[in-house]
Amino acid sequence: MSAASKDTALRTGVIARALIYAILLVFAVFYLLPLFVMLVNSVKPLEEIRQGNMLAFPELFTIEPWIQAWGEAQIGVQPTGLKPYFINSLVMVIPAVIISTLLGAINGYVLTKWQFPGHRIVFGLMLFSCFIPFQIVLIPMARILGMLDLAGTTYGLILVHVVYGLGFTTLFFRNYYDAFPTELIRAATIDGAGFFRIFQRILLPSSGPIIVVTVIWQFTNVWNDFLFGASFADFDSQPMTVALNNLVSSSTGVKEYNVHFAGAILAALPTLIVYIVSGRYFVRGLMAGAVKG
Amino acid sequence: MAFLEINRLHKQYGNVEVLKGVDIAIEEGGFLVLVGPSGCGKSTLLNSIAGLESITSGEIAIDGKVVNDLHPSKRDIAMVFQSYALYPSMSVAENIAFGLEMRGVSKAEREEAIQGVAGMLQIEHLLKRRPGQLSGGQRQRVAMGRALVRDPKLFLFDEPLSNLDAKLRVDMRTEIKRLHQKLGTTIVYVTHDQIEAMTLATQIAVLKDGILQQVGSPDEVYSKPANMFVADFMGSPTMNLIEARIENGSGALSVEIPQRDRSLSLPVPRPPSSLQSYSGKSVVLGIRPEDITDPDGADPKAEHIAHANCSVEVVEPTGADTFVVTQLGGKEVTGRMRNAAGLSVGADVPFAFNMGKIHFFDPATEQRIA
Repeated sequence: MSAASKDTALRTGVIARALIYAILLVFAVFYLLPLFVMLVNSVKPLEEIRQGNMLAFPELFTIEPWIQAWGEAQIGVQPTGLKPYFINSLVMVIPAVIISTLLGAINGYVLTKWQFPGHRIVFGLMLFSCFIPFQIVLIPMARILGMLDLAGTTYGLILVHVVYGLGFTTLFFRNYYDAFPTELIRAATIDGAGFFRIFQRILLPSSGPIIVVTVIWQFTNVWNDFLFGASFADFDSQPMTVALNNLVSSSTGVKEYNVHFAGAILAALPTLIVYIVSGRYFVRGLMAGAVKG
Repeated sequence: MAFLEINRLHKQYGNVEVLKGVDIAIEEGGFLVLVGPSGCGKSTLLNSIAGLESITSGEIAIDGKVVNDLHPSKRDIAMVFQSYALYPSMSVAENIAFGLEMRGVSKAEREEAIQGVAGMLQIEHLLKRRPGQLSGGQRQRVAMGRALVRDPKLFLFDEPLSNLDAKLRVDMRTEIKRLHQKLGTTIVYVTHDQIEAMTLATQIAVLKDGILQQVGSPDEVYSKPANMFVADFMGSPTMNLIEARIENGSGALSVEIPQRDRSLSLPVPRPPSSLQSYSGKSVVLGIRPEDITDPDGADPKAEHIAHANCSVEVVEPTGADTFVVTQLGGKEVTGRMRNAAGLSVGADVPFAFNMGKIHFFDPATEQRIA
């Protein structure tokens, strides 16, 4: 009898499993379809796209659209391609991510291990900044950037992204360090280590997972930001996202869809690479924070 | 002046007073154990000595120097934590040497110090490992090594054995005692385990609700508990505390324990001087389980043995001894019998009371009647 019931369990298991996989497959295709369309059409000549079948594989394979998008396409008034803006984005993203992560780590360290009266309120206010819509701060931020003489510069954008990212990075590190044993801090205090020494020698070496989480989060957010880039950047400091918009909306006669697709993939590539390289650490880091905190 | 002196120490968290005027002193080379139930303030007291928590008022002096406002790292102390608090990203050697490194000791000297301590604690083979790769007992040793390597004036131990399993705990206890005897250092040790307190201490301080109940040698605390709390807390199984009356019959005092049918009267051979004033009044009689035995197992040197028959309610063999529970004065009373043969539940058997080792407490103040 037990053998029979085991058999039925096995059979229903197989059916249910097949169904689950089928559904998962459908969803996977559904999600991957846009990427597929972009990839396929970015390597076709324009004529092939005009024939109307977006899902077909290219008959004539060409990387011309990629070269166009990268170095020759018309962005606004200049035929520079996306290259200078890609560099603008990098120059903006890298310092913004490093600074906001570092400051978030120090904030989290202070808010958990060097608590002062009112630390809850300070943390509450920082959390609040996570929920303020971007649009609300546009005008005050423009004013502040003007006063600091940073309007239209990459430094200005870095500042904006650091300020805006601080709420999240602080939240991540605070929750992570909250679970960090306070006895370790006490032991290090007795051993004679000061504020920054404890941070650098005891906490930072154990912060790998949460640093990965924060870096991915900040990198994607800052890289993908369009609103601040469009609002606060000049022509020579515009990030990739703004340039992509300009590429797509610049009209020089025909719409070069293949170039637009290639440009869009170029714009998404860095975040894609960051996810592929460190995605599993991202999940692990989030879990570590969740379980301990 | 004592090596470590704590005078009228108060500590408040908001409106809650955790330490209510603690006075303790210990000589150089002494082993002071702070013992008490959880929440009694013993860890707060230790952290105050370490400087990890500020004090509200009072004075702490180490080796004649008031350290109230001194940073923990400047007090010349080392601490072993309950969770061991080993730095997870450093190797064992780096952990041990971290305090020296922070104090700017040269690499060569550090290396030598590590080797010395590792040899003493037999952890040479672990030096390259990370704390995560060590067992509980090994972590404990490393934590002690980290404290020992700095050769401080004062060692502080915060329940260092409570995370170890029972067998290892006994081994490490012996080891700590051996180290103390060998090095002659001054130690303040916090525990809630009264057996650890008895075995390790040269001085025991019993705390309850932030108030010091008694300070004394293990023998003093055990054989002359200052009040009912100390009597109850120290010793396992705990002291029997029985409500009774003092009767003054023709010059000799006796203690009457009310029983269901007739009260049990036991003579008091050497009454404490102020017991006289309690004649006719109720007191609390304290007697330890090892002083209630079978007649054959009674201490042959005891001069005042009283015998009485009591009915057996529960028999708990432990191997070496058998604990027998009976009723006296409406309370469960535990006796320790060497010979368990012939004990059956419900039987009336003779018990021997060592009346030379009884204690009296005032039922209202709970203080010892001396």
